[in-house]
Amino acid sequence: MKFPFGSVQSMVQMPLRSLCATIVVVCVTACGGNSSEPASTSGAAGASASGNVQINGAGATFPYPIYSKWFSEYNKLYPEVQINYQSIGSGGGIRQLTNQTVFFGATDGPMTDEQMKSAPGPILHLPAVLGAVVPVYNVPGIEGELKFSGSLIADIYLGTVKTWDDPAIAKLNPGVKLPATDITVVHRSDGSGTTYIFVDFLSKTSPAFKKKVGVNTSVNWPAGVGGKGNEGVAGLVSQTPGSIGYVELIYALQNKISFGAVQNLAGEFVKASVDAVTKAAEGAAASMPSDFRVSITNAPGAGAYPISSFTWILLYEAPKDAASSRIMVDFMRWALTDGQKQATELGYAQLPSAVVQMEMAALDRVKVS
Amino acid sequence: MTRMVWRRMLSSLFVGACAIAVLVALVPLAFVLFFVLSRGVQALNLDFFTHMPLPVGESGGGMANSIVGTLILTGLAALMAVPVGVMSGVYLSEFPGSRFTSIVRFAADTLNGVPSIVIGVFAYGVAVLPFRQFSALAGGLALGIMMIPIIARTTEELLLLVPGALREGALALGATRARAVFTVIVPAALPGIITGIVLALARVAGETAPLLFTSFNNRFFTTELTQPISSVTVQVFTYAISPYEDWQRQAWAGALVLVTIVFICSLMARLATSRVADMRGR
Amino acid sequence: MRSRDIGFRLSTGAFAFVLASIVVAIGFELSRQSMLSIQKFGFDFWRTSTWDPVAGQFGALPFIWGTLYSSILALLIATPVAIGIAVFISELCPRILRTPLVFLTELLAAIPSIVYGLWGIFVLVPAVRSLEIALPDSLRALPLFSGPPLGVGMLSAALILAVMVVPFTSTVAREVLRTVPLAQREAAYALGATQFEAIRAAIFYARTGIVGAVMLGFGRALGETMAVTMVIGNNPQVSASLFAPQYTMAAVIANEFTEAADELYLAALVEIGLVLFIITLVVNGLSRGLIWTMAGRKSGRAAA
Repeated sequence: MKFPFGSVQSMVQMPLRSLCATIVVVCVTACGGNSSEPASTSGAAGASASGNVQINGAGATFPYPIYSKWFSEYNKLYPEVQINYQSIGSGGGIRQLTNQTVFFGATDGPMTDEQMKSAPGPILHLPAVLGAVVPVYNVPGIEGELKFSGSLIADIYLGTVKTWDDPAIAKLNPGVKLPATDITVVHRSDGSGTTYIFVDFLSKTSPAFKKKVGVNTSVNWPAGVGGKGNEGVAGLVSQTPGSIGYVELIYALQNKISFGAVQNLAGEFVKASVDAVTKAAEGAAASMPSDFRVSITNAPGAGAYPISSFTWILLYEAPKDAASSRIMVDFMRWALTDGQKQATELGYAQLPSAVVQMEMAALDRVKVS
Repeated sequence: MTRMVWRRMLSSLFVGACAIAVLVALVPLAFVLFFVLSRGVQALNLDFFTHMPLPVGESGGGMANSIVGTLILTGLAALMAVPVGVMSGVYLSEFPGSRFTSIVRFAADTLNGVPSIVIGVFAYGVAVLPFRQFSALAGGLALGIMMIPIIARTTEELLLLVPGALREGALALGATRARAVFTVIVPAALPGIITGIVLALARVAGETAPLLFTSFNNRFFTTELTQPISSVTVQVFTYAISPYEDWQRQAWAGALVLVTIVFICSLMARLATSRVADMRGR
Repeated sequence: MRSRDIGFRLSTGAFAFVLASIVVAIGFELSRQSMLSIQKFGFDFWRTSTWDPVAGQFGALPFIWGTLYSSILALLIATPVAIGIAVFISELCPRILRTPLVFLTELLAAIPSIVYGLWGIFVLVPAVRSLEIALPDSLRALPLFSGPPLGVGMLSAALILAVMVVPFTSTVAREVLRTVPLAQREAAYALGATQFEAIRAAIFYARTGIVGAVMLGFGRALGETMAVTMVIGNNPQVSASLFAPQYTMAAVIANEFTEAADELYLAALVEIGLVLFIITLVVNGLSRGLIWTMAGRKSGRAAA
């Protein structure tokens, strides 16, 4: 019996053979690693032949406008640095960072102790900017702003307050002529830091809500309809008479939807603004824990807006890829100084200077070599 | 006699209903094409092909990186799928009787029916998680898996269309089966096979779901195969659900580009297959 | 067979083997990744409807419901249209129109899902919303139309799925009709049948294949992801209302896969993928079987 492949090979010739060789290589690199250890260099960043350095990050959508601005500006300053940020949601940011599929993550809800434990190394939370979540509504016939308390919003989202003329709403809004319309509750359908901030506030103000729903980036809502992303919720509310929803402040402003004032811990009804968010942060700055994992919803202090939050960038303290780490630390220093100045025009509040100083010190801990 | 009239009426009614069905199906096509064209053309300009995406709030920019990304991803997919697909197709057409052949044919049809999102989950498991890295390679793998069955089945069909006399002639001249297949039969069906490949490419170029968590997305231009890479489809998705009008406009432009690619590929395919079919005289 | 032919058979067969093993590998990998969820929830995963990532409770019933409901609705809309087109093109159409019509239906099938989704968000959903608002209150009281008129929801999803399934089913149905022997039709005409009666006989003759074509379309609809997730409203609930935002299996994977924050959550999503894989396997297997039986009568090879 002659060697059987001879005739085939003479026929198929080189092109197909080289193709096959390439395929083998691709298959081996792509499928072979099932049982292998994680790549020794954290694969999330790499230098290309042209000398560019690319760093990948993913996470929260809430700060996406400011982050995309920062990474673009920073690329103009340092053209060889490309920081690729994809807004896949806070839960996703934590997930992908834990899996080490990205170099840095971003989240609006701090990681839980359990999540920190399941990560392969210690993770640093670095506050980037501050934002606010606002209750938006579409009630026919109401021009002015409505007033809400945390427990009222919680009851609406639990489905126990069902119509707009409910006594609980009327009590906080004397003199407003409320219609008997049914309330349509709108919430996020995707995992979201906005949800985290919102339910964190509701859980602090309503024990019933805490018990039934709890705090997470995605929760099991007892009532209502879901929209994907801030824009999905904003869209549903503006199109649905009688609805209430919650979105990041900038989305309410951009889409010109009415949003209500919310009662803070001091008992005042505060309408969300950059100033009111800064006030909430100032109270928190004094008691900032060293790991920066702090919730500032329902913050004390006069004029503080109660549904405010830091949004964090997540870094490994000792990443394997020191070159990327050095670049990321440099970027963070820039974001905490020059970068902060761009926050206000995009509807975010700047970090209090005390927090910036603490972060600068924390950045020294990150391994860069 | 009235019964005859009734039967005729019923018949015309039925013919009419069929014609209406055609119109009903073409209305959405017209609608989709109309909106994609009218909105896409407004947003499409040279910048779209040559510029990078801009951050929120700055208007303009383009999808240059995504266009290159889609080319790289489909190229990787073809590199993997063409040899496997064509050779499997040859096997299926040359050895039609065996049990293994029906298994492979069934596998190809099954694979063709597997939802693309499921293939994405698979590719995430075997090509993203082990390497701790979203990458163009993982995306190419997912798209390649989708292409294989399409190419295999078209190759099989077209090889079977080649007149038996060609094969018999080659074999009668003393050629081995392999020589007959690769020098006579495959070349005869080549335009059709290439068409099948082009159609498969067009189909995967329009895929979004399997790329969401394999090739991921990238704001920057890259040709690194081990890095996340942008693609037109994922970029259109990101822009479509964004609240920014500027981005939504870009999504329409991206859609126009995708539809144009599909249109050209389908047209090419139609022309090429009609030639192969003519060869066989049907 | 000559020995060289064995080499040829082995070498091409190796590639064919790769093809077949991919299917097995997909099944294996999905089972492996979803083991955590399978062990924890067992059969309850498919019977319960709580999808609560906070408490780590995952029940997939709403997604199965949404997937089946949207696909079946889409089939109800698409099947008559698809068969109408198939009959028109293969039996009635003037020769000159045939090629352009075939081309247009193929184009309809080739438009990427994401483009349908984009069109769905900006054109179809607002149109469906006005339709929902215009519906008289007496009808709105029915469970089928209950809930606020959002636009996004089951109706939009079913409509967009129908548009996407029509070309697919009609192409296969057309191929199946082509395998009906000409003599069969001629015999009908010779007996004095009208056009309708002759075609009805042809359809009857091709019935298994046509059922197969419809099921193939069903398989397509089950796994469709992007266009559906963009218009269905993404809310896991079991509701009969056409207006209610619901969720499908493919859509929940697309939305939540990258953001599943713990192992169990991810395993639950992969398990949904696994079941989607198995369902499409069965549906495709059945439909191919039907088409092959039908086509086998004439040419002994697949029509699709």
